[in-house]
Amino acid sequence: MMGEDFLVLSFAPLLIGVFAAVACALPGNFMLLRRQAMMGDMMAHSVLPGLIAAFLLTGQVSGWAMFLGAGAAALVAALLVEAVTKLARVDPGAAMGMSFTTMFAAGVLLLELTGASGVHLDVEHALYGNLESLIWLDAQGWQSLLDPEALAGLPPELPQLALVVAVLSLLMWVFWRVLVMASFDAGHAAVLGLPVGLISLGIVAATAMAAVAAFTAVGSILTIAMLICPPATARLMTDRLGVQVFLSLIIAALSAVLGYVLAGQGPVWLGLPGAVSAAGMIAVTSGALLALAALFGPHRKAG
Amino acid sequence: MTALSIDTLSVRYGAVTVVEQVSADFPAGAMTAIVGPNGAGKSSLLKAALGVVPKAGGHALFFGKPLAQVRAKVAYMPQRASVDWDFPIRVIDVVLMGMQRELGLLRPVRAADRAWAMECLARVGLTEFAKRQIGALSGGQQQRVFLARALAQRASLYLLDEPFAGVDAKTEAAIVSVLQALRDEGAAVVAVHHDLASVPLWFDRVVLLNRHVIAAGAVSEVFTPEALRETYGGALPPVLAV
Repeated sequence: MMGEDFLVLSFAPLLIGVFAAVACALPGNFMLLRRQAMMGDMMAHSVLPGLIAAFLLTGQVSGWAMFLGAGAAALVAALLVEAVTKLARVDPGAAMGMSFTTMFAAGVLLLELTGASGVHLDVEHALYGNLESLIWLDAQGWQSLLDPEALAGLPPELPQLALVVAVLSLLMWVFWRVLVMASFDAGHAAVLGLPVGLISLGIVAATAMAAVAAFTAVGSILTIAMLICPPATARLMTDRLGVQVFLSLIIAALSAVLGYVLAGQGPVWLGLPGAVSAAGMIAVTSGALLALAALFGPHRKAG
Repeated sequence: MTALSIDTLSVRYGAVTVVEQVSADFPAGAMTAIVGPNGAGKSSLLKAALGVVPKAGGHALFFGKPLAQVRAKVAYMPQRASVDWDFPIRVIDVVLMGMQRELGLLRPVRAADRAWAMECLARVGLTEFAKRQIGALSGGQQQRVFLARALAQRASLYLLDEPFAGVDAKTEAAIVSVLQALRDEGAAVVAVHHDLASVPLWFDRVVLLNRHVIAAGAVSEVFTPEALRETYGGALPPVLAV
């Protein structure tokens, strides 16, 4: 497991898992506070038809084309929710429930109809991602970490997610104060002249960005879990938002590392053959951490 | 001087008109109550004047100008029930929100800012609660946190939506004395209010509202049983059989 094997087989999946978890947890904090957790669920599901369309157009399973396709699908989903809310006279929660299930199902049908499933994409991929297959074949020992040629052979999901984490962190740092104000009391913030509509839109866009980047690598289950579980766990540990965001990132990274190791080693320890899905195990780990915090966290009772 | 001048303002939610062609002036150096039955459009009138909900017609001028030009001078205190008090934030941080126009995006909070926020908390009697999470406070204390946030803005016009809703007598007295001090310093205070009995005790002026203005002016002149009966449609609370 250590040394060269580790670099080839586990280095990239571990980092991708951590980055995906952190990218989702960042906007997830604000989704949770604004009681829009469902939005993350929606984003993570509705991107599927976009991914498949991008695959059919370009023939690639990863990269920027997929990213754009998923982004377009997220946009369509958001517009669909608006339209359903207005035209079908249902509340936004129900409209989201209708929109994302329809889009995800349409994605599954598209997969089966077009034969895309025969190549690399299939329904399992959409649910669990393909974390284990994101290996780094160019790694030849630790010196590869400094070798530009070998680094270029890293799975493209890694630099993509690293960029998303960097952009989202920077945006959150710059706009922290107005994000908090608009989330706590939008009416008061609007009277002071803050563009609260634009801020809401920005938070949704940031969530879509994280969900789209994470989806291709880790699938919908882990994306949804990471949007909500680490922030919810952190909320039970503290009464201060800054601390909550910081803790949520640590919990997200911890879930990713623990879940990845457990997925590979857990069955071995239990004397069972093979390994289980890393994305699935990471999501389960984050849920278990949430359960622990709910039982023992210092701030689990609302004031 | 007129702090807020509302001119033929209307508000509609869907097909329902909740505020119809309302015109009213709110002078500086006075405390004005906006009074009327439930659903009379009191909150909607304030929110529409402030641009929080869209206007269906008419306009509002603050110190003779559109709000966008004088935002620093206008403090708004929404209803306590309009926010989530489980939000993970401390009392002092909520008060500092009143200073957002000075703080901007990235300017760090300095010792002087913090001292001013603490002074505002002292004026509402909450100094020792500065570092508590807001959810740990009672309803009356939460209302006073909102008032401290409005004070932190150093405004000249204070628009308060139900500042006395669900608070104890002690908080009520504390809030009134703060508002009276603001008025005596020359500020305009406007409060949506529902307790008719206290109107003559605390307020200088009153606007009786039921979708449109029934009467507006000095409490001593327009706060009459006839006007109240017209506002409330004959169903006056017994306490008002003046």
